[in-house]
Amino acid sequence: MSIRERLSGNEAIAVAMRQINPDVVAAFPITPSTEIPQYFSQFVSNGQVQTEFVAVESEHSAMSACIGAQAAGARTMTATSANGLALMWEMLYIASAMKLPITLSCVNRALSGPLNIHNDHSDSMGARDSGWIQLYSETNQEAYDNLLQAIRIAEHKDVQLPVMVCQDGFITSHAVENIELLEDEKVKEFVGEYKPDHYLLNHKEPIAVGPLDLPAHCFEHKREQAQSMINAKKVILEVAKEFEKLTGRKYEYFEKYNLDDAEIAIVIINSSAGTAKTVVDKLRDNGIKAGLLKIRMFRPFPADEIAEALKNVKALAVMDKAESYSAIGGPVGAEVKSALYGKADGIKVLNYIYGLGGRDVRADDIEEVYNSLMDIVKTGQIGEIYRYVGVRG
Amino acid sequence: MRGKAKEMTPEVTWQEITPGGTIYEPGNAEGYKTGDWRSMRPVWIEEKCTQCMLCPPVCPDTAIPVKDSKRLDFDYDHCKGCGVCFKVCPFDAIDFIKEEDKEE
Amino acid sequence: MAYNLKQVMNKPERLTGGHRMCAGCGAPVTVRTVLRALKPEDHAVCCSATGCLEVSTFLYPYTAWKDSFIHSAFENAGATLSGAEAAYTALRRKGRMNESYKFIAFGGDGGTYDIGLQSLSGAMERGHDMVYICYDNEAYMNTGIQRSSGTPRYADTTTSPQGTEMPGKMQYKKDLTGVMAAHRIPYVAQSTLTSNFKDLYEKSEKAIYTKGPAFMNVLSPCPRGWRYNTPDLMEICKLAVETCIWPLYEVEDGKWKLNYKPKKKLPITEYLKPQGRFKHLFTDENRHLIDNIQEDIDKKWEELLKKCGEDS
Repeated sequence: MSIRERLSGNEAIAVAMRQINPDVVAAFPITPSTEIPQYFSQFVSNGQVQTEFVAVESEHSAMSACIGAQAAGARTMTATSANGLALMWEMLYIASAMKLPITLSCVNRALSGPLNIHNDHSDSMGARDSGWIQLYSETNQEAYDNLLQAIRIAEHKDVQLPVMVCQDGFITSHAVENIELLEDEKVKEFVGEYKPDHYLLNHKEPIAVGPLDLPAHCFEHKREQAQSMINAKKVILEVAKEFEKLTGRKYEYFEKYNLDDAEIAIVIINSSAGTAKTVVDKLRDNGIKAGLLKIRMFRPFPADEIAEALKNVKALAVMDKAESYSAIGGPVGAEVKSALYGKADGIKVLNYIYGLGGRDVRADDIEEVYNSLMDIVKTGQIGEIYRYVGVRG
Repeated sequence: MRGKAKEMTPEVTWQEITPGGTIYEPGNAEGYKTGDWRSMRPVWIEEKCTQCMLCPPVCPDTAIPVKDSKRLDFDYDHCKGCGVCFKVCPFDAIDFIKEEDKEE
Repeated sequence: MAYNLKQVMNKPERLTGGHRMCAGCGAPVTVRTVLRALKPEDHAVCCSATGCLEVSTFLYPYTAWKDSFIHSAFENAGATLSGAEAAYTALRRKGRMNESYKFIAFGGDGGTYDIGLQSLSGAMERGHDMVYICYDNEAYMNTGIQRSSGTPRYADTTTSPQGTEMPGKMQYKKDLTGVMAAHRIPYVAQSTLTSNFKDLYEKSEKAIYTKGPAFMNVLSPCPRGWRYNTPDLMEICKLAVETCIWPLYEVEDGKWKLNYKPKKKLPITEYLKPQGRFKHLFTDENRHLIDNIQEDIDKKWEELLKKCGEDS
């Protein structure tokens, strides 16, 4: 019997964290994720959780403390955005290399410069090579569900990698929507207890973690780490299956919306997918075979599955809410195109940059994208493949 | 316990290497010999030694073992020949000679 | 119980030989002494910032640490270990941990005075029950003797080399111990390697067994970087103390206490002369700089005496 509530994305994350009752939370405030440590520290203050909350003095220290705590044997969580994530950049790599199942809620916000507190995906996209599993969330419901599953995915013995759960800053994090929560006991049962095989606070078997690793051994350690990311693909589906039994809500690598017979489609991540779905509905009403693929799992990247899902599409636009400054497109565009190569070479693919710095993404903008796809199908001419929508000029 | 240090040779495969670079054997550096770093060698002259214990704590390499408040002979597997113990001994009970001049 | 060197040397060694520190390095001598202050039945989690100590004592697949040990990065020994300490607090609160652990972090002057200052300050301010030991060798030694804010004035380092226009590092050494005392944590101390190790051992004991955060700054000479005759480690430390360039003192709950006052304060030349990093000061053009160093030491020594309620 689930609990019906109305929560913002940040509130949903904070509630999930309360129900998980982690051992340690080390966090530093940054807009728009600030509310997460704020809500959580109220839970701590009222004794609703037994977590040790460490009010660190910077995000770099937040991830450092998370590493120390997780290595010591504690289930550890944190939250951040934008430059906070950027400040802990070296530590993200280290957390993954040390195989520590830390979970982080990334409330997506534009990386400086210029200073901008609004939503885009430059922060988490910038961390895509750090070895963290990345799950993206369109709604507060998905953010809540993803965080609960993240614990199980991270701590799985075949994975042991940190996981970041992303949602759009302000758009999702601060907007109140309906949500279905699990009961406290069900969450507790689902996430279970953290029982590491090796941890610092075990005097019977002391360990040393974080060595200097010379060329004789370093490559093998990195290959082992890569294998964990490969293993995560299977584990993410297994955990989702278990979660579905519990809640009835189904999760996979991505969501297909009217995609099976689609001739034109977009690939998109997070909240703008909601806007895009209304456009797809409108187009379908007009007899146009439009579809959408919304990526949930970006790391590891479901290349084969995406190629399979898109193989019958004639014209595709990959939507990027972040730049790569590759002069040819954004990060999601690069990954999708490389996934299609050799598998679905007939598709004409555009890469659109949109919504940077919190630029409002309207149904009109999405329609413009679908219109260009229809043009391509009609004329057979692709034109410029690296495009922008929503920017003036 | 998986992944003993002696198995982590330069030939160890990624499947066998300890994940994350973790080591499960505390203090296993003791098995690594640094004695071949020496170009000078301290020599303990037991007859002159009053067991004042001023030398064991100064050794950077824990190469002067102690038992029952008495120092034992040098641990030449680890002694790097720095000479700090030679300098602190008030009783000339430590000689400091060239490594190549050592008695076999 | 009164300190007895012969007795304490029976305690188990917690840092083994077989590490790769240079022959004659002061840092492992410091670490051995600090860890010796632990009760044999107590468990510890040790942490080190990146630096000479870390890379030499924990080079895969070897660790010289007999206790659990963590290293994560250069500037965050304070933050990393405070996370481990928080884990301990949480697990005890949740009834999943019955044992008693002590938390001891080590960092060089690089990882403590400079890049690690923020995370150290944060850890101390938050009141974690942990100890932070700075093994101060007065430069970024591991990367090849670059200057730190802990490098003394006029010392020759690779990024403050002595040349025709500049006689070495131009800034005074940062008073980190004073900065940490200003954090008003329960225990702060300055120490070095003295012949019977009583000073460092007793201070380590206090630091470890005083509840709350504790900080110790331990002068740990580097034969390579300071360029003195390697076997003279203990003599160099003695001269640092006898010339008052490195006074031994404690600040316990805000109360300043001088631990040693030389009967005869030696001139600083005694300390500078044996060290190659100060060799360039002993020329006619530069001799006045030694006077400058002496004035500075004298001034700071008087200030310290006043703080500690001692007569000049």
